[in-house]
Amino acid sequence: MSHSFDDISQQLKRRHRKSARLKWISMGALGLAGLFLLLFFADMLNKGLPAFQQAYVNTEINYTEEAARDARQAIPDDLVAIVSRTEIRSIPLQMRNNENLLGTSEQRWLLVNGEVDQYLKGNRNSLSEEERTAIDERVESGQVELAFNRTFFTEGDSKTSERAGILAAVVGTVMTMIVTLAISFPIGVMTAVYLEEFAPDNRITQAIEININNLAAIPSILFGLLGLAIFINFFGVPRSSPLAGGMTLALMTLPVIIISTRAALRSVPDSIRHAAFGVGCSRWQVVRDHVLPLAMPGIMTGSIIGLAQAMGETAPLIIVGMVAFIPDVGASFTEAATVMPAQIFTWAGEPEAAFVEKTAGGILVLLAVLISLNAFAVLLRKKFERRW
Amino acid sequence: MNSQAPIMSEQDTPSVGQPYTRNEQACHDLSIRVRDLSLWYGKNQALKNLNIDLFQKNVTALIGPSGCGKSTFLRCLNRMNDLIPSVRTEGLVEMDGHDVNAVKMDEVALRRRVGMVFQKPNPFPKSIFENVAYAPRMHDMVSRKAEQDELVEKALRDAGLWEEVKDKLQEPGTSLSGGQQQRLCIARAIAVQPDVILMDEPTSALDPISTATIEDLMDRLKEKFTIVTVTHNMQQAARVADYTAFFHLGEIIEYNDTKVMFSTPAKKKTEDYISGRYG
Amino acid sequence: MQTNQLFLLFCTVLLLLGLVAFFIGRSKAARVRSAGGSMFAQPDQYAWFAVLSTAGPAILVGAVGALIMLLLGADIPTFYLLAASLVVAAAGLVVGIAQVRPSFHARQAIERAIRMTLASAALISIFTTFGILFSIISEAIRFFQMHSFWEFITGTTWSPGDSFLAAAGRGDGSGAQFGSVPLFAGTFMITAIAMLVAVPVGLLSAIYMSEYAPQKVRTVAKPILEILAGIPTVVYGFFAAITVAPIIVNVAGFFGLDASYNNALAPGIVMGIMIIPFISSLSDDVINSVPDTMRQGSLALGMTKGETIRDVVIPAALPGIISASLLGVSRAMGETMIVVMAAGMRPNLTANPLEDMTTVTVRIVAALTGDQEFASAETLSAFALGLVLFAVTLTLNLVSVLMIRRFREKYRVNNL
Repeated sequence: MSHSFDDISQQLKRRHRKSARLKWISMGALGLAGLFLLLFFADMLNKGLPAFQQAYVNTEINYTEEAARDARQAIPDDLVAIVSRTEIRSIPLQMRNNENLLGTSEQRWLLVNGEVDQYLKGNRNSLSEEERTAIDERVESGQVELAFNRTFFTEGDSKTSERAGILAAVVGTVMTMIVTLAISFPIGVMTAVYLEEFAPDNRITQAIEININNLAAIPSILFGLLGLAIFINFFGVPRSSPLAGGMTLALMTLPVIIISTRAALRSVPDSIRHAAFGVGCSRWQVVRDHVLPLAMPGIMTGSIIGLAQAMGETAPLIIVGMVAFIPDVGASFTEAATVMPAQIFTWAGEPEAAFVEKTAGGILVLLAVLISLNAFAVLLRKKFERRW
Repeated sequence: MNSQAPIMSEQDTPSVGQPYTRNEQACHDLSIRVRDLSLWYGKNQALKNLNIDLFQKNVTALIGPSGCGKSTFLRCLNRMNDLIPSVRTEGLVEMDGHDVNAVKMDEVALRRRVGMVFQKPNPFPKSIFENVAYAPRMHDMVSRKAEQDELVEKALRDAGLWEEVKDKLQEPGTSLSGGQQQRLCIARAIAVQPDVILMDEPTSALDPISTATIEDLMDRLKEKFTIVTVTHNMQQAARVADYTAFFHLGEIIEYNDTKVMFSTPAKKKTEDYISGRYG
Repeated sequence: MQTNQLFLLFCTVLLLLGLVAFFIGRSKAARVRSAGGSMFAQPDQYAWFAVLSTAGPAILVGAVGALIMLLLGADIPTFYLLAASLVVAAAGLVVGIAQVRPSFHARQAIERAIRMTLASAALISIFTTFGILFSIISEAIRFFQMHSFWEFITGTTWSPGDSFLAAAGRGDGSGAQFGSVPLFAGTFMITAIAMLVAVPVGLLSAIYMSEYAPQKVRTVAKPILEILAGIPTVVYGFFAAITVAPIIVNVAGFFGLDASYNNALAPGIVMGIMIIPFISSLSDDVINSVPDTMRQGSLALGMTKGETIRDVVIPAALPGIISASLLGVSRAMGETMIVVMAAGMRPNLTANPLEDMTTVTVRIVAALTGDQEFASAETLSAFALGLVLFAVTLTLNLVSVLMIRRFREKYRVNNL
């Protein structure tokens, strides 16, 4: 025999080493991707978690005649530099709304301003040494403390960091998503049903299919250009409104829903259709009563994933003007509104250091929502997954 | 590998692993010795205490109804079953004085000496030339371009494909017809100069003419190699094999000289099978 | 009357007409049936047909009228339009009821209508593509009427300058230059950096997952990689600008290099991270679809696992891998938020990734978020840039789709 096992094994040593190297390198690549993710989340948590806390100061508020004219008079002089200006500014307003307040006083926790808040969280700030020691003393005495930041969830955007919250953006997101789903879900499912169950296999059908695959890969910003030119400039949909944003995102989500619905319809075996045809159902009855109910979990999963995608989208919304400064919660589909990712974008552009924390906090909320949505979709698929 | 197998005289009960009847023209140098080989897929036992001696420069055919374990057995000989995680093997498969299943046996080295041709032709997505030249080059069997060309031509000639492809060596292997692809796979296997070539139903995906070509080829190749082939087709076994082993439910029922087995089978089950009572 | 109230009234009347159609249709069908005639369809189906013939044409008339008003600017008073469509509805009602007779195929008529509705839904995706094309091209043409196409494609200076003044009637806009080369250079630079990160990491991860990883690792690793794809781009942009860019500046400083905080490296790397899951999941798919007999063929020749992967599996999967990478390139080129937040605004023709560079998408956003007249050259330039972006990504997508289709066909044929 020309080669003995020993000869071959000798030569193989080198090749086995090379082979093992590929395994380790590829494992390392996957590890690297995991590491990126880990670093990313660690960084976001590190930057964003402080946003859920806010420093408050316990102070006496005197609703006096002077305070109505100059609000700073309402609180002790030494606290004026600490309390948030937005709190001070709102005092005369409260007095005007409630006549009975005049002459009374009360003890209340007020927001402190951004600089002090940042100092207490150990971040970069512009306080002087004396100011810092003064605040440290107040913390000792329990007059100033960090507590859960309700404002972040109950207020809209604000130019002062301590008052800025995500409520307006959350409401805007919900409204925009309602528009998006209301348009893209029925049209998407109808298109998929047509292509999968009704369409003849001809040139037009193929053109529609290629076109849908292509739409799924078109940069999102181009959908923004479409929204601007067609919806806003041509049809006169109000700029910055959830309607304009929702319609634009609907077109973007459409291919996702169509593609996943088609996959769901395709996974329903033909034997079901044949059985239904066999008992005399018409094509539409087969689809309505047999195929669609069986495909529904798959359709829902795809739609949720599409929704999550649309929820994180920013670029086309910037183009249709949804980056406006929105301090108040929107009330209608045609008024200017903002959405979570757009709010994050706006905050990321603010020069103040305190807004970095707000941005990361908003990001954490958004990521939590998106990950739950995706996890829900996965669970839905797992629960209803059926092997035919 | 000169350990001569003991030649038996005419006996009704041959020793374990030996064929019932000797084929007088065949070579009887031992190539692979199998003793008490059992194999499990998870909890299902697929092979039960197999004993068989496979002889050099012979064609041995494995026949039997589907699911009887003949392909599984074939894959034990070059440890292709290692690729299936749930498989567990016990027993001895000995080649060239080495236990094939031993921990220190390198399965890559083993496969180099025990080549394999599959049911469906599976040429690599490379040119015809590269399909043949790739393995010898990786095994450092050739050092110069001229050597390589020579080796490729020789392997293709041995596989009876040279005349058909010599003008299109750079075309992809997949451009050939099914029968040509299968011969390319055989050329690929013999280019490595193995001791044994395993063939797993090599003609089941081919038309009758290609099948005949490959059968002729097997007849020529046994001058240089030990060939073990699995086949569904009893006529094929009768045509090409020196020895035939009949498998049934994971056991070897009968191992015999092919002519004897098909004319006067020793066991009732064998007779039932070859006379078409089940299959 | 207010338009809103008018509309509400219209809807109510239409709904009522529909109800009337349903009940009259059903009772008439029931009567015909009990009179002993055998009918083609169920009474409910006749009823639904009556509803359809009432509401369908009416809504169509309303929609067409509204569209005409928009398109031609023709001033049809809303009241007359809605009244007209109600008249059509009433006529439809009469026709629908009249059709309730044994010889009429109500079910088939309904199914035809349903089929038409489904088909027209399918056409919306076509309209979307045409909408994108139309909106971009028509505005881009307006831009090219102001500035030469040649200069746009070959010019190396992008300075919109005082073009907004020209649009407002002051100045002549002569200071404005629209040479898009530096923008595309920036786009290509950042895309190249992204692919340098994404292709090796994504491909090798896919190799590990499909060839080596035990089932348990696969089930954990796949969804984790998918999370990377699910993170919104605006979040990546923040990460690139706030975390990665300063790190790069510090590292560059350590080596004595001068890096801008808006360097091209940070958005490039982060974009690469974003694209990793695209490459890995598509590559994973194609590697898995390489037939197992191919691997066995190589292993049976005495090849090691690594050699099998490198020399047999990867070449077999190559068309799919290339197509995945092309999709990745197309994605990177069209990506907006990461570059808007982390890359520079200054058009800069350079080969140094540590300098600030701007990209096509950044300029599109910049041109459309300013407080500018829509007709100004700078605003319109966004559409010209969008047109080129559309053309490039469309080509990449189509090539990629064709390649993957070839790949699939090849293996279908080879499996005999």
